[in-house]
Amino acid sequence: MKLTTKNEQLIARTTGFGITSYVLCTTLFATLIGVAVNGSVATEPTAPAEPATKPAAPVAAEGGVSYKAFTDAVHAVMMADRTVYAKKVVTRLKKQDAPVTPSEYWEDEEHTIPLPAQMFRMGAGLVDENPAAGFKYGLKSSWPLNEQNTPGSEVEKQALKHMETTGENFYGEETLGGKKYFVAAYPDRAVAEACWVCHNEHSNRKDEYPEFKKGDVMGGVIVRVPMK
Amino acid sequence: MSRTIQQWSLFLAVNFGLACWLGYALNSPASSVKTILLPGKTTHGHYQIELDCSACHAEDGNREFMENACINCHGEDLKQARDTHPAKKFSDPVHAETLAVLDATKCVTCHQEHVDHRTLDMGLTMPADYCYQCHQETLKSRPSHANYAFDSCANAGCHNYHDNNALYERFLFRHYDEPDYREKIKTLKREVVEFREGVSLTADQANGVEGRLEGTDSPATFDAQIVDDWATTAHALAGVNCSGCHLVSLHEESSDQSTTGSSADRTKPSDGDGDGAEQQLVWSDTVSHQVCATCHGTQVQGFVKGRHGMRLGSNLPAMTPSQARLDMHSVAGHEKLDCSACHSGHRFDTQYAAVDACLKCHADSHSVAFKSTSHFALFEAETSGKAEAGTGVTCATCHMPRLEDEDDNVFVQHNQNNNLRPNEKMIREVCLDCHGMQFSLNALADPQLIEQCFGGESEVYVESIDMAKAWFDLKEKQKQERNRKRAEARAAKQAAEEAAKKVAAEQSFSLETH
Repeated sequence: MKLTTKNEQLIARTTGFGITSYVLCTTLFATLIGVAVNGSVATEPTAPAEPATKPAAPVAAEGGVSYKAFTDAVHAVMMADRTVYAKKVVTRLKKQDAPVTPSEYWEDEEHTIPLPAQMFRMGAGLVDENPAAGFKYGLKSSWPLNEQNTPGSEVEKQALKHMETTGENFYGEETLGGKKYFVAAYPDRAVAEACWVCHNEHSNRKDEYPEFKKGDVMGGVIVRVPMK
Repeated sequence: MSRTIQQWSLFLAVNFGLACWLGYALNSPASSVKTILLPGKTTHGHYQIELDCSACHAEDGNREFMENACINCHGEDLKQARDTHPAKKFSDPVHAETLAVLDATKCVTCHQEHVDHRTLDMGLTMPADYCYQCHQETLKSRPSHANYAFDSCANAGCHNYHDNNALYERFLFRHYDEPDYREKIKTLKREVVEFREGVSLTADQANGVEGRLEGTDSPATFDAQIVDDWATTAHALAGVNCSGCHLVSLHEESSDQSTTGSSADRTKPSDGDGDGAEQQLVWSDTVSHQVCATCHGTQVQGFVKGRHGMRLGSNLPAMTPSQARLDMHSVAGHEKLDCSACHSGHRFDTQYAAVDACLKCHADSHSVAFKSTSHFALFEAETSGKAEAGTGVTCATCHMPRLEDEDDNVFVQHNQNNNLRPNEKMIREVCLDCHGMQFSLNALADPQLIEQCFGGESEVYVESIDMAKAWFDLKEKQKQERNRKRAEARAAKQAAEEAAKKVAAEQSFSLETH
């Protein structure tokens, strides 16, 4: 652009210099006043950010523990605790006709306790919130009473199919959201009568769901460990 | 030449001034000088504390700090509301793809600030059909929902994103076919305070105080009216006298109502022993919310989180009605909103605080209509002794209800956020105390009725409860059908087995006979 008058040139020059010096001055004075006010440079945070939300490093694959050995071990603990709750707490209360009963709506009903599956899920929630855990787990099924527990990835679908047909564990790997995971799946069987009776009669059950009986694979526990 | 120098000098001076101003604004504590830094109009939930940038922003722009800031103020409420979409719901890595479209683990995905042109009534910055991302299945699995558009999920009386305490289907089903008015009102009574023996003081005792309180700069004489007022209160009964509230340590006096509700390190002047004895106590005519928090901690904690006290909670000067976005009476424009704004004088009259204190400032149509409603008539009947205690309905009954804490102590929830928007939040804590579920849902869904402060009948009928009922009835029918088929199959199997047994027996019999 051709500048015609001296005044326009002056304005252009002033504007150009103005912007540059403006930014420089602001930064300089902001910093200086920052030092004066806070006793430190403004760009440095005075308090470090919470480290709690940092994702934990993968647990396995160091010190000679394989991913499989790790997931097998944590699954053993999960199932042990859940079995104790189902057999020694819930079933015992039922047998004794105790005034406290397990209920899906335990949060809103007096004298009730969570169902074993809910107890299991709450545990998974707490592990999920714990940054030191470094892995995640959940309960999924091809015939869920809560739609949210439908298998969510191709590998999960594959794992459930595998468990339903063979009754065996499933191990695999998958990449989700750009992260690679080791996936282990363990069949979840109908062990206590209360489990299959409730699932067979539940209002959320769909017509095409199978009738469960003792020993049937009703779903699976999926354990997922981020891989290095 | 000198003209050029002149122009340059002027230019540099102006820029120097501007830079100083900006630098000061950037680094100064929260005050009106920071207005220049606001990038856009703040939502109605946050505008009161918009000058305290550091409430939400880290100096280095750390995004995580911002997320934590949301949780610091709202986390506890969400937990109590049993948030149906907490961030952890999406932590399963299978959601990675969906989260890439809509990051439901971050508050700021939907709750962006300073973007007024995109902000909806509730303070949201979202397309209204966001449920679509995850709940497409619902249209198939719930035939009753097949014709609903995804921007109608959050219609009044249907679903909320966070708080579905009173909207989940089992709850709706359980409250099917309730009468509009309950026979018995469920509201909690005011907690009867147990007073320590031997500490209660009388006006005479207080009047007997001659001269200044020992070792302090208290007034030499006390107004008899004030002392008489005070003598009628629970404060007098509990032995909390003038010095209990008006004598503060020098440090507290100089910090002038700055910090939040925490009062753990406050020395109790009346104790007169321990560390307190070493602190210099001075007389203060005004009483800060921290002083009240010494004994009324739960109440003050709610207050500094709510609309009335959030500025104090952020170390800003107290809110005044003139700064409000709602309609307020101009005469009350400069009232400072601390505890004494509603609990004024020395009587701390809670009946005044529950209605007239509100109406002293609030001038919107909902507030103004209150005195012509049946709710207010009930309050008048109660206060005039014509009706039982606890049967009146005040502004506070609905917006600052009496609740029970985890240890079953009754307290008044001074954070009205929990009983404002979305108004379905009020159903369980408030409406259902006196009304049926259908009646409550209908009333809360009628904007005109809300404007009239519920002084009339609802023109709206919310179908949620009927839908939940139909759903559970259908499921029950299907269950019975399944059980019938199962029993039939069992009987058929048994008959077949018996027939087979009979055949086998006949065969073995015929073998034996042959």
